[in-house]
Amino acid sequence: MALSGMRGLSVFISDIRNCQNKEQERLRVDKELGNVRTRFKNEKGLSPYEKKKYVWKMLYIYMLGYDVDFGHMEAVSLISAPKYPEKQVGYIVTSCLLNENHDFLRLAINTVRNDIIGRNETFQCLALTMVGNIGGREFAESLAPDVQKLLISSSYRPLVRKKAALCLLRLYRKNPDVVNVDGWADRMAQLLDERDLGVLTSSMSLLVALVSNHHDSYWSCLPKCVKILERLARNQDIPQEYTYYGIPSPWLQVKTMRALQYFPTVEDPNTRRSLFEVLQRILMGTDVVKNVNKNNASHAVLFEALALVMHLDAEKEMMSQCVALLGKFIAVREPNIRYLGLENMTRMLMVTDVQDIIKRHQAQIITSLKDPDISIRRRALDLLYGMCDVSNAKDIVEELLQYLSTADFAMREELSLKAAILAEKFAPDLSWYVDVILQLIDKAGDFVSDDIWFRVVQFVTNNEDLQPYAAAKAREYLDKPAIHETMVKVSAYIIGEFGHLLARRPGCSPKELFSVIHEKLPAVSTYTVPILLSTYAKIFMHTQPPDAELQNQIWAIFNKYESCIDVEIQQRAAEYLALSRRGAALVDILAEMPKFPERQSALIKKAEDTEVDTAEQSAIKLRAQQQTSNALVVTDQRPANGTPPVNQLGLVKIPSMSSNADHNSTDQVLSQENGTLSTVDPQPASADLLGDLLGPLAIEGPPGTAVQSQQSVIPGVGGDSNAVDAAAIVPVGEEQNSVQPIGNIAERFLALCLKDSGVLYEDPNIQIGIKAEWRVHQGCLVLFLGNKNTSPLVSVQAIILPPSHFKMELSLVPDTIPPRAQVQCPLEVVNLRPSRDVAVLDFSYKFGNNMVNVKLRLPAVLNKFLQPIPVSAEEFFPQWRSLSGPPLKLQEVVRGVKPMPLAEMANLLNSLRLMVCPALDPNPNNLVASTMFYSESTRAMLCLVRIETDPADRTQLRMTVSSGDPTLTLELKEFIKEQLCSIPTAPRAPGPVPPAPPVAQPTSPAAALTDPGAMLAGLL
Amino acid sequence: MIQFVLLISRQGKVRLTKWYSPYTQKERTKVLRELSGVILARGPKLCNFVDWRGYKVVYKRYASLYFCMCIDQEDNELEVLEMIHHYVEILDRYFGSVCELDLIFNFHKAYYILDEILIAGELQESSKKTVARLIAAQDSLVETAKEQASSISNIIAQATK
Repeated sequence: MALSGMRGLSVFISDIRNCQNKEQERLRVDKELGNVRTRFKNEKGLSPYEKKKYVWKMLYIYMLGYDVDFGHMEAVSLISAPKYPEKQVGYIVTSCLLNENHDFLRLAINTVRNDIIGRNETFQCLALTMVGNIGGREFAESLAPDVQKLLISSSYRPLVRKKAALCLLRLYRKNPDVVNVDGWADRMAQLLDERDLGVLTSSMSLLVALVSNHHDSYWSCLPKCVKILERLARNQDIPQEYTYYGIPSPWLQVKTMRALQYFPTVEDPNTRRSLFEVLQRILMGTDVVKNVNKNNASHAVLFEALALVMHLDAEKEMMSQCVALLGKFIAVREPNIRYLGLENMTRMLMVTDVQDIIKRHQAQIITSLKDPDISIRRRALDLLYGMCDVSNAKDIVEELLQYLSTADFAMREELSLKAAILAEKFAPDLSWYVDVILQLIDKAGDFVSDDIWFRVVQFVTNNEDLQPYAAAKAREYLDKPAIHETMVKVSAYIIGEFGHLLARRPGCSPKELFSVIHEKLPAVSTYTVPILLSTYAKIFMHTQPPDAELQNQIWAIFNKYESCIDVEIQQRAAEYLALSRRGAALVDILAEMPKFPERQSALIKKAEDTEVDTAEQSAIKLRAQQQTSNALVVTDQRPANGTPPVNQLGLVKIPSMSSNADHNSTDQVLSQENGTLSTVDPQPASADLLGDLLGPLAIEGPPGTAVQSQQSVIPGVGGDSNAVDAAAIVPVGEEQNSVQPIGNIAERFLALCLKDSGVLYEDPNIQIGIKAEWRVHQGCLVLFLGNKNTSPLVSVQAIILPPSHFKMELSLVPDTIPPRAQVQCPLEVVNLRPSRDVAVLDFSYKFGNNMVNVKLRLPAVLNKFLQPIPVSAEEFFPQWRSLSGPPLKLQEVVRGVKPMPLAEMANLLNSLRLMVCPALDPNPNNLVASTMFYSESTRAMLCLVRIETDPADRTQLRMTVSSGDPTLTLELKEFIKEQLCSIPTAPRAPGPVPPAPPVAQPTSPAAALTDPGAMLAGLL
Repeated sequence: MIQFVLLISRQGKVRLTKWYSPYTQKERTKVLRELSGVILARGPKLCNFVDWRGYKVVYKRYASLYFCMCIDQEDNELEVLEMIHHYVEILDRYFGSVCELDLIFNFHKAYYILDEILIAGELQESSKKTVARLIAAQDSLVETAKEQASSISNIIAQATK
């Protein structure tokens, strides 16, 4: 059965398997890719079977991890094959190689739709499967009604309908508007009566997605779900083939219970009673058995039942039953069950008042923190974090700190973040808090963000009782040999402020303090140096009576840094030096820092913000929002606008990521250090303050509207007509030249004539890239418009001015390109007849007040529609002779050719897709080339070229071109001539060109002057 | 929802990838590299779940092959673990005690079969019998087409075209 007779593919796979090393494999793959590529180029001779084989090879190579950047078109084109085997391959390979954002998929929409609405059941299945797997928004918009029809009509067989259900689910995910809530609710309820379990399972997945967004519209489905659950779990009324290890479709049971979790409650008492009966049965009737699959399946159902019980907030008795079960699970040997026990305990914390019962398992959970499996350790950490409160904070945090020294690298970050948050939230006393954070910095300094040590400074400054203690602790850490830079920062700051409080202790004289800190200076970054300088200034100020030696030492340092290249350091050094010479004034100015205003912890706030950001609507989270939980002890007051409580599960945001906020707060600390110089600090630099400032604004006007109104100011570009209008209004020339292109536009264009992808245009704001794929007389050029800035580009317009021989269609270009984003705009090209006129892209955008407008030639040139084709002497000569003279065969002596060796000229011709046929011409100074030209009017047409060079004078040659079409012959001759003569030399003055003046300058042969594209192209 | 399905051999060779969420080529390569590193390094007797970038990966090793499915945080892990087993059982039944070599030389079959089990990252069919029947029907369609293509009249038609 091996590959149903595709021998070539089997051989290829064997070859790959026999490769001794990666290098050999690469060679073999490259060879195959080359082979496939040439076969695809010569598409005419390709039978469907061969095409299929090559497409499979491509997929295999792709799976091996190689880049396959061609042939997508061939895979997509197989979709429209009439026979099942090819179609099947087309669908499956397309859905593996492409993703929903790929432009080639659009080409297939029509074929796919025809298959869906057609009468062939097997084709319907293929189409539904592909759309279900990779369909995007566009598919959603054009196919949803057809897919719905298939799902609800009973005249289609289950195999089609179950696929339709999931296909619709995908389309709904891509665009929720495709399912009309009101109309669909009844149908959804009907679907739940379905007897075929395949259709029912698929429909249940669809229902889960629907109710997660609109539970109130699908009330009628609720009792039906309960019925299904009864049928499965209680009555076991189900065909044999749908039981899995003796369990009636565990998947359907799980899905049904998942759907039920999206309804806020079950009101009808009868339904509620039946549901609880079933749940009770599941909770009590699930035993651990030997067979691992049966075990997994039954526990999958059990855990879902637990989640549903938690959600329904059942009677206390049932709840404690659940906790007891979970308590059993976290102690079992089976790692999966232990993992899930911990995970579900954490979830349980969020919804019900079971904290006290869970605390009984604390010891067991701490054991899991030392489990060999990192997955389990993570769950244990989450749970410990969630169950922590004032009563057990000390134990848990100390446990975490202890674990931190041995924890693997992957967990340290999360661990330290959680320890820091817990220490702050539940600190029984502040000295303990300082201890914890210093230990944390000591053990995992890399993961302690600035927010954390800022917070320590804040607490210490605001609490006088804490100051001597903190200073003493800082002094202790400074004695350690190699301390983390964060430790240097925090201890230097604290010693500077409060070091004098230690004066009478041993080793704490100003001199000793200074030297122990100064030891660290050579090893710290420029970011820390300013903090140390402040510390020196403060130590200097506190040294009473003054100590001449210390004074000289410190002055020497200030002197040295007075010429530092870092402006912050330099300024501090200069100011402190000047201040320190003023004696008494120094004491006033460098007095202790004022107390900080009370504010919410940046750390905790950030943790909360992360939660608000996550848009996922999990059942449990929804639940958590509906009901305030008393399981959570949150000491900070929450923002007034109903932010959901902290979710311990998802806390993954890393503090160091938001460097912005960090910087702000740093600025603030720094400016406050100097705060006595200017008494008021008007800059609300702190992220918290900003947050507070922005908070109330949200009530006055939802941010959404603001954005919208902003956008509506920009003239909308809907279609082409609109764009032209807008372009007419734009005052071209106004400040146009302020943006200079990067690189030479003409050279970029010429390079793109010879290759299919590259950069077409670039300036400081935007980069326009091109990727093209050509197939006979058609092509798809994708424009990649990339905004290089951190602010959006607006009023973006792209207008194509096509010459008359092209049919061109540019997909919608968005009016605005978001910051740092890249948009792709496919441009379809159809070549109608031979012509060497060039299409022009008239592109403009607005950046700030500058309107930038450029006109760019598009590399859709004549040679893109050529396919090199080798010709033998037997074929060549009769053809050559049969075309005897003008207008089919033209000869010209060309002068002013760029001199180049013959081999180079042959390369140039080859890169223009004119295939040089060696040894056809007996004269070694001559070149003969052949190619196939494609356009709609000429179809495929063979072209022959002969070039006779003069070895004595390389600047001239005689060229003969022949083909079966007079225009083609002329155009091709002129095209080759241009290429030979005008190899990129003179760089033209870059920069936007003003729109074409009404009087066209007489340019090269009188192409259609009425054709704006041709006119512009001539000017460029 | 299942984000993607991967089959990776013990040597880190990829035997099947199926993406239900739009990942670009670059991201796909990155995911494969990262995950094969994480999963192949895990010892035996650990649990079948791994946290990964806000998702969970459920995996199971069968002989030399790791079957992995990446799911959302709140999805039911055991359910997915058994989906993997369900898939393996169907492969096993189709090939008659399946081995890695079967899946290498018949990788396309592995794709066909997966498509009968999952669509849109959700379970489509839980009956092994039904899946086997549908795959057999597909096979026979391909066979019939092949026979037609190789029938004499067709050869003549091809030759005279």
